[in-house]
Amino acid sequence: MTDKPQPPQRTAETATDPERTRKVAAAGDSTAAGTDDSQTQGTGAEGAEAFLEGRESLRGATGPYFGAYGGRWMPESLIAALDELEDTFEKACADPDFVAEVADLNRNYSGRPSLLTEAKRFSEHACGARIFLKREDLNHTGSHKINNVLGQALLAKRMGKTRLIAETGAGQHGVASATAAALMGMECVVYMGAEDTRRQALNVARMELLGAKVIPVAHGSQTLKDAINEALRDWVANVDHTHYLLGTAAGAHPFPAMVRFFHEVIGDEARGQILEQTGALPDAVCACIGGGSNAIGIFHAFLDDKDVEIFGFEAGGDGVETGRHAASITLGRPGVLHGARSYLMQDEDGQTVESHSISAGLDYPGVGPEHSYLADIGRVTYEPITDAEAMDSFQLLCRTEGIIPAIESAHALAGALKVARRWDEAGHTGAGRPVNEAIIIVNLSGRGDKDVATAAEWFDLLETEKVDSKTVTEGEDK
Amino acid sequence: MSGAVDSGQTSKSAAAIDRARNAGRSALIGYLPAGYPDVARSIDAAVALADNGVDLIEIGVPYSDPVMDGPVIQDATVEALANGFRVSQLFDVVAGITARTDVPVVVMTYWNPVMRLGVDEFARRLAEAGGAGLITPDLIPDEAAEWMEVSDKYGLDRIFLVAPSSSPERLHRTVEASRGFVYAVSIMGVTGARSKVSSAAHKVVDDTHAAGAKRVCVGLGVSTAEHVREIAAYADGVIVGTALVAALRDGGVGAVGQLAKELSAGLA
Ligand SMILES: Cc1ncc(COP(=O)(O)O)c(C=O)c1O
Repeated sequence: MTDKPQPPQRTAETATDPERTRKVAAAGDSTAAGTDDSQTQGTGAEGAEAFLEGRESLRGATGPYFGAYGGRWMPESLIAALDELEDTFEKACADPDFVAEVADLNRNYSGRPSLLTEAKRFSEHACGARIFLKREDLNHTGSHKINNVLGQALLAKRMGKTRLIAETGAGQHGVASATAAALMGMECVVYMGAEDTRRQALNVARMELLGAKVIPVAHGSQTLKDAINEALRDWVANVDHTHYLLGTAAGAHPFPAMVRFFHEVIGDEARGQILEQTGALPDAVCACIGGGSNAIGIFHAFLDDKDVEIFGFEAGGDGVETGRHAASITLGRPGVLHGARSYLMQDEDGQTVESHSISAGLDYPGVGPEHSYLADIGRVTYEPITDAEAMDSFQLLCRTEGIIPAIESAHALAGALKVARRWDEAGHTGAGRPVNEAIIIVNLSGRGDKDVATAAEWFDLLETEKVDSKTVTEGEDK
Repeated sequence: MSGAVDSGQTSKSAAAIDRARNAGRSALIGYLPAGYPDVARSIDAAVALADNGVDLIEIGVPYSDPVMDGPVIQDATVEALANGFRVSQLFDVVAGITARTDVPVVVMTYWNPVMRLGVDEFARRLAEAGGAGLITPDLIPDEAAEWMEVSDKYGLDRIFLVAPSSSPERLHRTVEASRGFVYAVSIMGVTGARSKVSSAAHKVVDDTHAAGAKRVCVGLGVSTAEHVREIAAYADGVIVGTALVAALRDGGVGAVGQLAKELSAGLA
């Protein structure tokens, strides 16, 4: 971490500075619900200007604040644990032994570096642009999630903690956490919405095989956000020997910066690989956004490359106009949830609104604070992708490349095709280059094995069984 | 230690605690959620607290993600929300209570509903409804710059929390930032009945006093008259929540009054 560029020098960011608070208030003050005008307010404009003038690096931001976002909106009971974690993390980053330990696990356990694969037949649908896939699907346990859990589990050991707790939606982060716990001989408890334990029964079994205890959460919406609430309640009660292994680049400081740090390897590798394979930087980098960990992991390496356009694709669910979506940045407004100030899907009373997505991993009403900042300053463009658009690209990748992607990652694939089409209509890329010379990197954050049942249902592949299961459901309803 | 806590004259909750102290006892503070089981009965139940020896009423704002609450309070607030509770009704509840009793009312709220309405607007309406201040379970002084300003503007109490895990530096900082009283959580955990009072409670209260607090009240897991008596031996006030919410759920307003009477008898 020591040889990294210094975090951007931003002004007026300390918590007690009234100027910052006023900006925070201004950003959250507009009254329109749903559509939000705050993206042009807050500290954004300044940051963008500084970035464009080349005065600032956007890399290596340490938190606790990212512009007006981030912070520690947390119960006092947990502050000591967050302080301890921050301190342990900072010392570990400066410790060559720790850095080497992470690198060794990445290489010899997870299977890094992950490949960068040119998707030639898929690219035939991209108006002449060449699409490259960063193959996080090939990591051990099948997604990028392993990068973060190994790092955090090592930190937990350094803090002398013997028990890991985690939340999970689809089960990917739960499986990764159970894996790290097994590898390092720690106890593991995974909180999962009761609704999700039913949707993802196989992943529940995977976690149990790995020795973890899965606790279904029957409160609230019974999905990811409620699993996080329950994990936080566990953490408050057991913080002396328990580390909360948060699965995405959200939450209270130091989680957003720390989770990003462990995922930066994705972008660092991809940047080197694309230069090696094509001799050039990409024109665009695309990733899907749940809480934002895979995205910030690949974006980070490219943040200071001004000619690289960066796109984050949120879950548009049934379509943002239907209200059934998980597009926190596109349609949310700043608020606090789970410890950070960030864009948030909330109603007029500040109650969290339930999100909807075919992809359990994107089904979260919040987003990591660094993404909110990058959205405000205009460095990254965030857009929604509907369930239907994602599933079309899911199928296209299966058929053209022989790769079954996670449905989460399929949102990024669909987004990449959209970007290429937009360039095609404009006659050039965002940076004014010819589309048929353009290069797009898509972060293929995970593989789709876990999604086979969902996809089979979506594509009506279960003809015979479908009749049976319908009868069963109808029977149960009575 | 000139902290804001000292300026008790301007603080309604400090005045209530001092009245109990002048009567030779600790204060009893009772928690109930706004809008549970409905707006009218939440007002009646709070008035029943006041009529049965409670010195300070704490009204909770039902919120979608109550990370510091255990199952009993979660279920009650989920029900209030499912019945259509709106934040604007909080101010009706506070006004409804303060119209019927002189016992001061503080509001316990997670921060996002305050932020959404606007900190100034929330405070203005709370003050207008006769509320005394806010207890903020997920707002620490480090993030409270705006609330510090606005609470001064409207003369509202700022009741921050301290915990067994709080460092001496944080205790000082929190005591300095607070007005009215400091809320000491008795245990590392969330709200909910427990069979006995944690041994950590006594130490947190002593340490918070030593950090300069004039009034320290203990909450979380306090549910019986015996707990109340035990804590009253060292704290300036005792906060009961889950047990009262369960009484309201199981026996209605009458049961709330009955339990409040039993709890306050423990202090006489
Ligand atoms: C494969 C995959 N991609 C993406 C995500 C979304 O999370 P994040 O936005 O933190 O990368 C998940 C979460 O479960 C996932 O499993």
